[in-house]
Formats: sequence, C-alpha cells, structure tokens
Amino acid sequence: MDIAIIVGLDIISGIASLLLISAGLAVIFGMMKIINLAHGEFLMLGAYTTVLSVSAGINIWIAMLVISPIVVGLIGVIVERCLIQFLYGRLVDTMLATWGLSLVIVGTTTMIFGNTIVGVASPLGGFKVGQYQSSLYTPFLAVMAVLLMVLIWVVMRFTRAGLIARAVMQNPDMAATLGVNPAKVYMATFGAGAAISGLAGGLLAPVAGIVPTMGAAYIAKAFITVVGGGTSILWGLITASGLFGFINQIAAFLTTPVYGEVILFIAAVVLIRLLPMGISGKFFKGRL
Amino acid sequence: MTPTPLLETRNLTVRFGGVTAVNTVNFSLKEQELRCLIGPNGAGKSTFFKLLTGQLPPTEGHVHLRGQDISGAMPHQISRLGVGIKTQVPNVFNAMTVEENLWIAARRNHLPKFSTDLAEKIMVQLRLTGIAKREVGQLSHGQRQWVEIGTVLAGEPDLILLDEPAAGMTHDEVERTAELILEINKKRALIVVEHDMQFIKMIAKTVTVLHQGAVLIEDDVRTVLQDKRVQDVYLGKGLAA
Amino acid sequence: MPNMNGMKIALIGSAIAALGVITAPLYVDLFQLMQLTVFAAMAILALSLGFIWGYGGILCFGQTSFFGLGAYAYAIAAINYGDSTPALVIAIIVPVIFAALLGYFMIYGGISDVYLGVITLTVSLILLNLVNSTAGDFYKIGNARLGGFNGIPGVPTINMPGDSSYILSPEQAWVLTGLALIAVYLGLRALIASTFGRIIIAIRENETRAALLGYDPRVYKLLTFMIGGAVAGFAGALYVNWGAFVSPTIFALGLSAQIIIWVIIGGRGTLIGPIIGCLLVQWMVTEIGAQQTLDANFILGAVLIGFVLLVPKGIAPTIRDLVASRLQRNKSATAIEDVKP
Repeated sequence: MDIAIIVGLDIISGIASLLLISAGLAVIFGMMKIINLAHGEFLMLGAYTTVLSVSAGINIWIAMLVISPIVVGLIGVIVERCLIQFLYGRLVDTMLATWGLSLVIVGTTTMIFGNTIVGVASPLGGFKVGQYQSSLYTPFLAVMAVLLMVLIWVVMRFTRAGLIARAVMQNPDMAATLGVNPAKVYMATFGAGAAISGLAGGLLAPVAGIVPTMGAAYIAKAFITVVGGGTSILWGLITASGLFGFINQIAAFLTTPVYGEVILFIAAVVLIRLLPMGISGKFFKGRL
Repeated sequence: MTPTPLLETRNLTVRFGGVTAVNTVNFSLKEQELRCLIGPNGAGKSTFFKLLTGQLPPTEGHVHLRGQDISGAMPHQISRLGVGIKTQVPNVFNAMTVEENLWIAARRNHLPKFSTDLAEKIMVQLRLTGIAKREVGQLSHGQRQWVEIGTVLAGEPDLILLDEPAAGMTHDEVERTAELILEINKKRALIVVEHDMQFIKMIAKTVTVLHQGAVLIEDDVRTVLQDKRVQDVYLGKGLAA
Repeated sequence: MPNMNGMKIALIGSAIAALGVITAPLYVDLFQLMQLTVFAAMAILALSLGFIWGYGGILCFGQTSFFGLGAYAYAIAAINYGDSTPALVIAIIVPVIFAALLGYFMIYGGISDVYLGVITLTVSLILLNLVNSTAGDFYKIGNARLGGFNGIPGVPTINMPGDSSYILSPEQAWVLTGLALIAVYLGLRALIASTFGRIIIAIRENETRAALLGYDPRVYKLLTFMIGGAVAGFAGALYVNWGAFVSPTIFALGLSAQIIIWVIIGGRGTLIGPIIGCLLVQWMVTEIGAQQTLDANFILGAVLIGFVLLVPKGIAPTIRDLVASRLQRNKSATAIEDVKP
C-alpha cells in the first residue's frame, strides 16, 4: 500500500517536472515553430539566479518565484532583439543560432562561475509514508506546475496578449491584421518563454546540482515532451507530459531511471511515427 | 460492353474541416481523350488534381485508373501507373539544370544513355535546347513552366494533367502551348485546367465545368460555353469573348 | 549527367593529397602525425553529415550517435575477436542498423526538419546517459566491460588483415586514416555523381516533384541516412583506433555541436567544405585549449552564430559562387545568348 502511494507520488512528480521543464520551450515552439536549443541554458540561468540571490541574502521564495523569471525573461528579450529577429522565417537557421547561443551561455557562465557545483538548501522539510521518506518539496513542485498551467490558460484565454498569441498560433500573418507588430509578438513570446524557463530553473535549484552544463540533463526530456505534444501550447504540453511522465515513472520504477528515459524515448519515436504532428496536431488542432 | 475508362472517379469527395472542396464528383475519361476542366476560382479544380495524383487522400469515394482502385495511393505509386502532372505553381528542381531535370524524369523508366537521348528529344520538341545547361532556379516563370511540362513528358505517362499551362504566357506562347497539347494528345490522354477561354476554344472538345466542388455540366465545348448556368457562374468573366 | 570537369579536379586533387599522406611521416614528427590522424578521422565524420545534410537535405543534429556507436562497436568487437578486421565491419554494420530503425520511424512518419533535428539530438543525449550507466561487472558484452563513464580502455588497434599479431605503427595508422578520408571523399563524390546521387539531390530540391515523377522520397532519404550512419560509424572506429580508448563523452552535446559547426562553416552542398570546416575548427579548438582566458564553448558558439548570421552558406559554396559569378561576367561580356525557349 505504502509503495503504491510512493509510486503514485513519483508519477505525479514526474508529470509535474515535465510540465515545468518543458513549458517555456512549448510556448516558444507553439508560437514560433522553432525548438529553442538554448532552452537548457535558460533553465540553468534561472537556477543560478536563485542561487546568487539567496547568497545575497534574498528570501528563497522571492528569489525563485520572482527574480529568476524576471532576470531570465529579460535575457530572453535581449536575445530576441540581438539575434533571433534577424532570422525570421528561417526556421533551421534560427535553431542553429539558438544552439550557438547555448554554447555561448555555457561558455560565459563557466568563465564567470567556474565548473564547480553550487546549490541551495531545500526550503521545505520531509514527510513519511509508512517506512518511506519523501520531501515536501515534491508535492510543492506539483502544485507549482498546476498553477503555471492555470496561469498560462488564464493569460491565453482572457487577456489581449493571449488573444494575439492564439491568433498567431493559428496563422502568423493574422497578427498583422489585428494591428499588432509581429516583431513585438515574437519579442514577447521569446521573453515569456524564457521567463517561464527561468521560473522552472529557479524551482529546480534546490533539487539540482547546479553547474554551467546542467541544462543538458533536462533538454532531452523537454524536447521529447514538446515534440510529442505538438504545437498547441497548453493541450500539447499537458497531454504529452501526462503520457510521458506516466510511462517514464512506471518504466523507471520497473527498471532504472536511465532505462526509464530510454523507454520514454522509444515511446515518443513510435508516437511520432503514428502522429507526425504530435498529439495536439491530431486531437487538439487549433486549440490553446 | 463499353471499354474500361482510363480514369474514373466515383463519388469523389474531400472535406477540410467544414469545407467540402470536392463534392461527390463522378468523372470519366477515355483512353487518349483530351478534356478541359474549367470553373471559377475555388471551384476545386486543383484539389481535384491533387486527389487524382495522391497528393491528398479522398474523404470519401474512389479513383480508378484502368479499373484499378488508386484512392489513397501515394503520389509515386500513382505516377508509376502512368499519371503525370504539371502543377499550378511550377514544381521543378531549382538547383539543377534544365537537362538534369528532364534526365531525372526520364531515368525513372530508362537506362542512363536512353534517358539522355529522351531528354534531348523533349528539349528539342519544347525548344529548350538553348537553355539546357542553365539552372532552372534562374529561369523565368514561363520557362520554368516549360521545364515542368518537359519533366512530365519525360516520364512518358498515359495521362497528363495540366494545371493552368497557359498562365502568364504571351499570346504567341499560348498558341504554341495549344499546338503542343494537340500534338501530345495524339498519343496520350490529357486533362487541362485553364481560365483562358480563348485557349480552351483552341483545344477543347469536351469540357467539364466544376462549381463549388461539384460537376455543374459536362458537354461539348460550344454547348458548355453557351450554357446559361456556366455564364452565371462566371458572371460573364471572359466567357462572352 | 555529372560534371566531368569537377570529377577530374577531385581525382587530381585526391592523388596529390594521397601522395602527401603517404610521405607525411618523412617530414612530420610523431606528435603532429597523431594530431593529424585524429583530424582525419573527424573529417570523415564531417563528410558523413555533409553528405546527408548537404545532399540529402536531412537535418541530423545527432550525427555523433552513429560515430559513438561505431566507436563502441569497434571497441567491443576488437576486444572479443582480438582482430580488427571483423571489428571494422561491425563498426559499420551496427550504426547502419540503428540508422535504419531510427530513420524508418522518422522518415516514414513524415516529420518536419525541426522535429528530425531535435529527435536525432535527443537520441545522442539518451545514448550518453545509457552508456554512462553501464558501470560495473554486470555490463559486459563477451569479454568487453562497458565501464560506464570510465569508458573502455586498452582497445586493440588496427592490425594487418589476416595477421592479428601485426599491429599497425602510428605512422601506418596515419597513412591508413588519411587514405581512408580520401577514399570516403571520392566514394561519396562518385555516389553523388551516380543516378542515386542525382535523385537524392532532386528530392532535396523538390520532394513533391520527385514523388510526382515516381520516386519514393522516403526510400531514398532512408538510404541516405543509413549511408551517413555507415560513414560516421567507420569514422568512429578510426577514432577509437587513434587513442585505443572510448568513453561516453563521444555522445556528448559538445561533439554534436562541433559536427554541425564544421558543416556550417565549410558549407552545405559540397564535400570539400565540411572537411575544411572540420580541420579549421579542430585546429582552433586545439589552439584554444592551449590558453586559459576564453572558454572553448564560448568561441564555438560565437563562431556558429557568426556564420549563421553572416555567411549562412559557408566558406566553400561562397567561394564557389564568387568564382562562378566572376566567370559568368567574363562570359556574358563576350556573348549574349538568346535564352528564350
């Protein structure tokens, strides 16, 4: 019985972590149809921002929930203005440029902070299920993932920015007819995607080993989730995270975490063979 | 007993979301027949061609080629059964020369040496010899259109679909295209989609009119052009001329 | 209808290069020769991506997967057989089978470039994690312990075919690797000039038209992807042979990025370009390694961004186009052809 609760918690936390690490990537993919290969570095920058803020004496909750998203969001806007905007309409080149950006960020961070692992202590204690020990931080991450989804849904559904975003997802040329400058839309998209990634990075800081190359540990899963989900930001993200999080945790429980990842990947490749546009390309066409 | 038609569609239908682009079309074409397909913009002519060549799967209904059901087959499979198409927007290999474009098309059925000869022959026929070594991407729209027709001929299909072959051509070029079509028709069946009524009059025997995805009328060219419904559909656009 | 002039130039150039490879041990010291050996193995890897991306139009971000699989397959087979000849064959077969499986799902699924790039990159990341986790006695294939993140040391290097006691000297290994690079280059040149090569270029140019002419793009793309896997696997085997050692870092993101950078710098749509790009970047990375101020990732990233923004075609095609337009101008000054049909 206890084991069932623990496995259940594992599945929930697996899904939640996929939601968190993939959300920023999904926003940029849904709007701009490119995969941001510097996504892992945005997560990393979010984590570093939290670590640095905490060591500067700032409250950890403010650090990860406020400062990390703002700082990384601003970095995203700067990147879009200085780099991405010159490559509009060239999908492959844009991806290559974000790959270059990823290397530049890793290199810069290494030069500044060195290649040593830093970290922050988890702000929450633990709890017990029978003989099993678990951290309260795990359910907290799940709650944060749900709140983030609700936030994205509210913004997309009820605000003017969301309306424009939905129009662009349907048809990029439509933004212009709404009297909106497409350049602004892309800048905002990249900023929002980066801010969400910064938030995720901040939230991961207490449970991750923070090094300049830490992004590589997350991107495989984030890529699989977003590619499997397809271009509809919210529904693609939620269905893919649910499906893959479940498969990953069950497989990891039955075998090892590494095989869990391999099985997850095989599941994703089979899925792509059947639904080349991802889950949302088939079932949630034109939805959020 | 009537001979099996070269091409036959039964209740052919395709829908995109709520729009029915092609609506229960029953169409039949004899061996070596020349048919013109007309209709206003959005009548479903190009979509119909896409269904015939496998670029789109039908939502309902069937396409038969010499009695064989080819609905849902892939474009390369249908091509190998002897169907060639010149699409509305020229589909050519831009980074290759005119000669290479034709050679690739011929090579599908023939050995290299014969392919070279066949490409040469078609270039002469289409007067492309002068630009044989030019990259197709650098040619004008009209020239690219000829190259595409060349690749279609080099594939030696029994049925050729031409989607607006006279678009963007000068008067002389239009006349030459008409002559060429009649010449091709001596050996092969054709379906020609065109807006230019002068052009239609030059080549047409039987005309099928599509309107809102369905067949409006199918008859002799003179009868069709005088038909009241057809004139209404076009709102007099170029028909009176 | 390949361009026979180009082929002639390639043959003459290759003959000169082969002569250079064979005589190099006479005037290059051993340390530099070793360096050149690894450069040549990497250049073969560059050719594999240059071929599938530049000619097949397949955007593979994880070409190092096949390189690494070839390297591991060679190491495991060489340890088990004690002879490099079957190991070399296996180092090609394993990545080809892997490419066939992976390629089938991606290409027959009809996924977009963006998806293909991301999925291939993900494959290399997952292989990295997978091989990293194989520490301990449990993970053994025959006599070969996979060794997890420590990798496999002491891999038998290449011997004379049929005589496993005659191990090639470093000089001989250099000549072998250098000549292999030239052979792979010429082999791919010939392939591109063949009907198969013409067809894959046609598919790259216009997949719809190729299909409408009766060619199945999926078959040709899958074959191209598999050939790329074979060449990369072969390069992997030569790479292991250089250091007698292989570790999971061969699958790491850094190398995936470098391969892309080689091809971007050198240029897509040529074979000499990726070789040039590879040699330039390898030389640069070696130089950066010698200093402490700037991080190698930083420079590589900056170079990649710079080329994407400023020289998107890469070095070789840019030079080729410049020369061509110069020639064209000279020609059109003398004769204005009538090009109307």
